[in-house]
Amino acid sequence: MRELLVKNGFVYDPLNNIDGEKLDIAIRDGKIVEKTSNPKILDASGMVVMPGGVDIHSHIVGAKVNSGRLLRPEDHSKDVEYKTPVTRSGVGYSIPSTFTTGYRYSRMGWTTVMDAAMAPLKAKHTHEELNDTPMLDKGSYPLLGSNWFILEYLRAKEYDECAAYIAWIMRATKGYAVKLVNPGGLEAWGFGRNVRDIDDPVPNFDITPREIVQGLCRVNRMLNLPHTIHVHANNLGKPGNYVTALETMKCVEGQAGDGKPVLHLTHCQFSSFGGRDWRTFRSAAEEISEYVNTHNHVTLDLGQIIFTDTTTMTADGPFQFILYQLTGNKWVNCDVETETGSGIVPFHYKRKSFVHATQWAIGLELALKTKDPWKIFLTTDHPNAGPFTAYPKIIAWLMSRKARDAVIDRISKRARRRTVLDEIDREYTLSDIAVTTRVGQARSLGLNRKGHLGVGADADIAIYDINPQKEDLPANPGRIEKAFKNAAYTLKDGEIVVRDGKIVKAVDGRTFWVNVKTTPSSIEIEPELQKVFEEYYTVKYENYLVNEDYCKNSDPIVIKPKI
Amino acid sequence: MSIVKNVACPVCGTLCDDLEITVDGNRVIGTKNTCAVSEAKLLNFSDPGHRNLKPLIRRDGEMVEVSWDEAIKRSAQILAEAHYPILYGWSCTNCEAIRMGIALAEEIGGVIDNTSTVCHGPSILSIQDVGIPTCTLGQIRHRADLIVYWASDPYSAHPRHVERYTAFSDGRFQHSEWESYVARLRGVLGKKRLSRASELTLMKDIPLPAVTGEKLPPSFRTGKRKLIVVDVRKTRSAEHADLFLQVEPNKDFELLQALRLLVKDEELEVNEIAGLPVHLLEEVADALIGCSFGAFFFGVGLTMSSGKTRNIDAAIALTQDLNYRTKFVIMPMRGHFNVAGANVVSTWQTGYPFAVDFSEGYPRYNPGETSVVDILSRGESDAGLIVASDPVSNFPREAARNLIKQPLIAIDPVASPTTVMADVVLPSTFVGIETEGTAYRMDRVPLPMKKLVEPPETCLSDEEILRRILKEVRHLKEVRGET
Amino acid sequence: MKVTLLTGRTIDQGTAKEHGKLSTAYFENVAVCEIDPDDMKTLQVKENSTVRVTTEHGKVNVRGRTSKRGPHPGIIYMPYGIWTNIIVDPQTHGTGMPSFKGIKAQIESAPTENVLTLQELLENLFGRD
Repeated sequence: MRELLVKNGFVYDPLNNIDGEKLDIAIRDGKIVEKTSNPKILDASGMVVMPGGVDIHSHIVGAKVNSGRLLRPEDHSKDVEYKTPVTRSGVGYSIPSTFTTGYRYSRMGWTTVMDAAMAPLKAKHTHEELNDTPMLDKGSYPLLGSNWFILEYLRAKEYDECAAYIAWIMRATKGYAVKLVNPGGLEAWGFGRNVRDIDDPVPNFDITPREIVQGLCRVNRMLNLPHTIHVHANNLGKPGNYVTALETMKCVEGQAGDGKPVLHLTHCQFSSFGGRDWRTFRSAAEEISEYVNTHNHVTLDLGQIIFTDTTTMTADGPFQFILYQLTGNKWVNCDVETETGSGIVPFHYKRKSFVHATQWAIGLELALKTKDPWKIFLTTDHPNAGPFTAYPKIIAWLMSRKARDAVIDRISKRARRRTVLDEIDREYTLSDIAVTTRVGQARSLGLNRKGHLGVGADADIAIYDINPQKEDLPANPGRIEKAFKNAAYTLKDGEIVVRDGKIVKAVDGRTFWVNVKTTPSSIEIEPELQKVFEEYYTVKYENYLVNEDYCKNSDPIVIKPKI
Repeated sequence: MSIVKNVACPVCGTLCDDLEITVDGNRVIGTKNTCAVSEAKLLNFSDPGHRNLKPLIRRDGEMVEVSWDEAIKRSAQILAEAHYPILYGWSCTNCEAIRMGIALAEEIGGVIDNTSTVCHGPSILSIQDVGIPTCTLGQIRHRADLIVYWASDPYSAHPRHVERYTAFSDGRFQHSEWESYVARLRGVLGKKRLSRASELTLMKDIPLPAVTGEKLPPSFRTGKRKLIVVDVRKTRSAEHADLFLQVEPNKDFELLQALRLLVKDEELEVNEIAGLPVHLLEEVADALIGCSFGAFFFGVGLTMSSGKTRNIDAAIALTQDLNYRTKFVIMPMRGHFNVAGANVVSTWQTGYPFAVDFSEGYPRYNPGETSVVDILSRGESDAGLIVASDPVSNFPREAARNLIKQPLIAIDPVASPTTVMADVVLPSTFVGIETEGTAYRMDRVPLPMKKLVEPPETCLSDEEILRRILKEVRHLKEVRGET
Repeated sequence: MKVTLLTGRTIDQGTAKEHGKLSTAYFENVAVCEIDPDDMKTLQVKENSTVRVTTEHGKVNVRGRTSKRGPHPGIIYMPYGIWTNIIVDPQTHGTGMPSFKGIKAQIESAPTENVLTLQELLENLFGRD
């Protein structure tokens, strides 16, 4: 019996309505319990105690991320990690090697990270890398928005079959949530084309992105999956695309029956562009925030820009091709048969660039204008808008107007005129930060064991060396950044794994995946699937499946569907 | 007797996963859907004539049988004592073993390099220069209406590539051009399977419309699939192409750059490039632009000849240029069945695909400096561990000589010049026959390798051997107080 | 005669390799050099008789064979293997990759000389003291 008592910290546990009160947290065998009998004591006096950080959208592993690593030796040689008696060595600034990724998240107090995208055909690759990503619980979202089976089921309005297929693919890939990237557009990209808006039919398939989003949203609810559909909208990264983002959110309004969210719009900064072209480009954060403030069926994450040299990588092949044309930088594209695409372009966001600086402001405007932090989560769409290691910096921007002003003073003047960021006074509280960086994300993911410190929760805890009673944090953004960069302690399943920003113990996390228990009366699609499988793929059905032993610490979440 | 289906083939980077293997007792007695090389491997792997069966150590110039413990201990000693050991091979084993190998290299501060260093290493350097527009092979099967093999002879090196993924394959939007042809052949050739059609076509030496001509053949005026082969000599693959372009040796770069200019509508003010008339090249450029989905496959003919990396830069740049006009992809024809996996695993663990140097305590990468042929040519390393590879045969003489001068450990299921010259031979099992695991196809699609038969009792898997060596190395370092 | 040497995979070399590199099949399929038919005549090489191939990096004896893939005057072709690798260019030009193709070479008929087997070659090249 391993017992630990975290004593006297200022506890931020918004789910249980605890807002900075001085409390003790009791831990036994990796879980939070009512009380302990003979615990070791961890003195957290004068420090902030929060649930471990949760990341709902971060490209940390898999085929595309690894192609990015291969593409950028120049990214690695400037940022290296030495081997220590407890840790493996590694490299990488914007796309760290797997071990390094795990350590860096853990040092900041993050304990659960969801990889944002995997091509089902390459799911084994994702899981092999997840196994080599220590310190974290994790999962990954299969890309399903241009999948032939799904396009065909939805075109025929065969929702039950589609639901059975989704249940199958979650088991087959050990996936966690339904991911859509540029719905329908990636099939068009197979022949070098794209879709223009959510009502532009997909070539050869006679279905529109709207029908795909609506159909998958419906199926997602039928299956009762823990997370909503996770959508990267059409027209990402194009001036004027906020209209597409609004249309995407609106098209599932009718499905929001019980007041719960039904759609997550990811890295919404990239989908909140106003203007008609790059010349008239402006922030449309207001339009998006206003919609979100008056509707409860969506959640967002930020995709906040950092001014740095990073690596953009998405499944959105046509978008990456546009970036390649814009930058002339090196360009990787990799389309995956029957399923999806992907692209990679290195990218340097510059303060003095009008477009980049406007993007920076859009992200913060979205975060500050959306009133409820339960609806908008902090991410950088790592590494697309910047590496996850910049989270402490973003936390400082959110908590301190002073920190934002220091940047606003130095960005492109034209960008300053096209944004309203300098008119916003709002500053996030520590409780808001807890919601946007962990609690809200865990709830959106349906991970009941994460994101809170109530009895029964996993004892994943971050302790930061800041004293909210003594320090004026908004006046000292440097203190905020420093504290969140190097957690005083990170606890993973009740064990101290980080002390003073250093890894003291390496642990393996779990892999979460969704195991939908279909009832006996539900439709059997597997025989039919097997029949057409070889027409669709160049691998055999049997060899496509990811067996459970591909996950080092498999942790299936068993779901009873509503079919 | 039992038949194992859906077996992935442990030979080349095509990694066909539709093999059906008949196993009787503990022997493979029949194969289906195999190519000639695959069949030779699966039926002969257990031939005791060339199998390593016992751990061996060189004593006074003679190889003597020893216990596993002794062989592991000796290997660990060699590696722990070395200042700059090299760990080489890795493309004919599974990803699990490669992971273990990297951990070992990190522990001993050595250099880990895989066979891509003398294969598609320059292609990787080139990808790091300019990127690469590519795809998985099914994308080509479904969509490509123009396929170009450049300096690659799939018939010899990737025998089933054409039938499974390109010109002879059947997809959603494109169909095999050889279907009707093959249908006729089936009558003639009896029971042979459709899937072996490409090979059969060639065996029968049927006159085909392959030409090096002054003009494009008529097939280029149709929307059907077309096959172009570019090579320095008329390979077997060239014989069934719609068009064969014979380029002068070491002139690929000129030809690629000329095509780039033509694709960008520039004029060439010469009559001939690399031995080919410019007016023909103009037509070829039009065909490249005119297709709806084109695919280049290139072989080591480009990476090993004059220009090396620059040839690939030009080929990839041509593909990127073509994407402004149509859809075009490019893919290197990877050799060994898991050479792609060696790159993939190395990249996710260390950030770099090959030639990774741990001597500073973190991964460092500088091909030309940290690549094994260069290290060996300069005589810098002081011990070697080879896994499932034969550098004594495959490296230039000077490099091989220096490799042999140092204490050399070879992990291999079969005898080779490298095991003959080694100081320690550790008999391993065949991945994909006797040991399961993961391998990556040339388009980096991961596939499970199967265990078909039990290995000899005296052999261990690469992964297990490496795990034991690593454990022993850590033990030795602990004893010496180095940790 | 001055020629350009290419090296590469052949299906026979691939198949023979699976019978073991120390096998006769491997020797017979790999210690060979494919020569243009006209060049065979000029050099006065009989099918399967010994030829000597010399580059600035070394020389090796292999069996000459008429190329079925001709005509390719001035180009000789050898399968990958140890016989080839002792005469290829070890210079990697900073890429890690030696030059295996398009190497300047000299070829001549040497009917009275032997082709060394793999074991003999290893002994010759790397023989231990």
